[in-house]
Amino acid sequence: MATQSATAQPDAHRPTAATTHEVMIHAEGVTKTFGHGSSQITALDNVTVDIRKNEFFTLLGPSGCGKTTLLRLIAGFDLPDAGQILLDGQEIGHLPPYKRPVNTVFQSYALFPHMSVARNIGFGLEMQGRPKSEIKDATEEMLALVQMQHLAGRRTDQLSGGQQQRVALARALAPRPKVLLLDEPLSALDLKLRKEMQIELKRLQGETGITFVFVTHDQEEALTMSDRIAVMQAGSILQVGAPKEIYNNPARRFVADFIGDINILDGDLDAKGERVILPGGASIRALLPEGAARTGRVSVAIRPENMNLTAPDAPEAALTGRVTNIVYFGAGHNVHVALEGGGEVLVRRAQTDAQIGAHVGLSVPDAVQVLVD
Amino acid sequence: MADLTSSSAGTRLAEARRQTSAAARRRRWQLLSPAIVIIAAFGIFPLTITLIYSFLSPGTYGGVRWEFSTDAYVQFLFDRDIFDDTLQFSATYLSIFGRSIGLAFGATVGALLIGFPTAYFIASKPANQRNLWLFLITLPFWVNLLIRTYAILLIIRDEGIVNISLMWTGLIDQPIGMLYTDYAVFAGLIYSYLPFMVLPLYASLEKLDFRLVEAAYDLYASRFQVLRHVIIPMAKPGIVAGCILVFIPGLGAYITPELLGGGKELMIGNLIALQFGGSRNWPFGSAAALILLVVVMVSLIVYVRYSGKEGSNHG
Repeated sequence: MATQSATAQPDAHRPTAATTHEVMIHAEGVTKTFGHGSSQITALDNVTVDIRKNEFFTLLGPSGCGKTTLLRLIAGFDLPDAGQILLDGQEIGHLPPYKRPVNTVFQSYALFPHMSVARNIGFGLEMQGRPKSEIKDATEEMLALVQMQHLAGRRTDQLSGGQQQRVALARALAPRPKVLLLDEPLSALDLKLRKEMQIELKRLQGETGITFVFVTHDQEEALTMSDRIAVMQAGSILQVGAPKEIYNNPARRFVADFIGDINILDGDLDAKGERVILPGGASIRALLPEGAARTGRVSVAIRPENMNLTAPDAPEAALTGRVTNIVYFGAGHNVHVALEGGGEVLVRRAQTDAQIGAHVGLSVPDAVQVLVD
Repeated sequence: MADLTSSSAGTRLAEARRQTSAAARRRRWQLLSPAIVIIAAFGIFPLTITLIYSFLSPGTYGGVRWEFSTDAYVQFLFDRDIFDDTLQFSATYLSIFGRSIGLAFGATVGALLIGFPTAYFIASKPANQRNLWLFLITLPFWVNLLIRTYAILLIIRDEGIVNISLMWTGLIDQPIGMLYTDYAVFAGLIYSYLPFMVLPLYASLEKLDFRLVEAAYDLYASRFQVLRHVIIPMAKPGIVAGCILVFIPGLGAYITPELLGGGKELMIGNLIALQFGGSRNWPFGSAAALILLVVVMVSLIVYVRYSGKEGSNHG
């Protein structure tokens, strides 16, 4: 299965035709700094991004990359220093949070401890001054949606983490916002519950048809749930794309490094800039991202599961080396290979008969991703 | 199935916890014993004397005669006709009580209205600046209440700085009689007890999770709605504590009404002091003190019961 996904689509990096998708959020040149003087931090640096209607959009990056800041700017908790944010075509960058048709699921859930589960869920509608009957109906509908009907009268501090999570979701969905913002909502849950909630969230997004903007530092979570992912670092968006695109064709060294395990090899571009010559002499088609140099020395990225072990003299062996270690991790084996001519790569196989110390060849995909630093 | 196992583990845990807590309870009593001794010696014992004195007859030159009498309590509500000894209802002392309760209540509300924004302001400051603000709030405690009250007196008296500057600017020709009015007492009470309001309010607002405020804003609550539905309910323990801490000493205040009310506008504190001093009626003074005690206790119980109903949801 790994070798199949290795064949990268040649058009992966062409800008997707935006006209076919309606845009829900359009952020243009958004900049936000905190503090002043020498301690000033640029949390967002001239960020431009489009989030489409009805999509599950994830902002992925390490802590401090600006993903939460971008979320807070969309919610209205902070105001941008520069740039504008359009929601469904309307500029909202200057509006207070209570005037934006956007709701947030907080990392800490932030449920009101002095109110029952039902009142928490109805709070948004209550504040909008909707009629009591409507609030009651919507609350019941939301309780059913997150399967919490039996706990409507409970106080929120009597709930488990997973239950609180569901209430927080129901509370944010009840007013039917145009966009639901989720700030690392699953990070406080244990692994099993987190996996359940990932599927649950995806289901809710599909059922409600609301645009979800999800913030996480967990790359697996992002890959599992998202329609599209924006990888962020140091206040900038490095790459936006579908999970498969981000995973198989990372355009930047940071994106490649941040998501999963990856082997980064040095190579030389040929004269036309179409093929990469690896140190072993193998020539592979190069996938060049925008802005990459067309000649000279480059770095290429190959996923461990996209490489295979072969006999050293097999025709498909692009590289050769010696097995230094084999680590079993349940779903497969990680085979560490020291390359001839220096460097080490990781090969991931479900089954392997390789032995430590064996001389092996390595096959690579027929096209490899060239990285921009 | 998971519920069954967890509940049996829960039962065992509760049992173990009970055993530990019995030992902890004994230790807590040992910790309390110095306080119990002090309260017994300086609280319960004098209070018992007060109770006994309130049922005795006044001595001619102060003190008491050891003759049982309920006159002190009768006197509180009735005038005894000096010629035929008949009792006639008199609201003199009741009205003093009423005034005191009114002034103390007004001062409590005033302190709450001033103290809440102040406490909120401090609680929303960065943690390293809060101590400075709290220090400034407690700064008046460094000066004796008597001296602070005299300072107010000097400021608002007819020849005080307020009247002099107003007359100098030509806004008024005659000094405004601010001193020796209910307003002066009212302002003095608010000033004296404001820190007692701010500190407990700050303590509960400081614990307030500001993410809840953000969540409420996010859910379409305007500033006023956030205050009403989130901040005030969450600050309720502080509001209750602050109101108690201002109302009770305010009700029994002595120095403030004495100096700023000029003694002519009596509060209970002054009435009681007068009985042990100029009026030389110790039993009546004792009775008034005990009536004050009962009024405070009853209103406290009612207040805590009432506010506890909603306030017990968190705490």
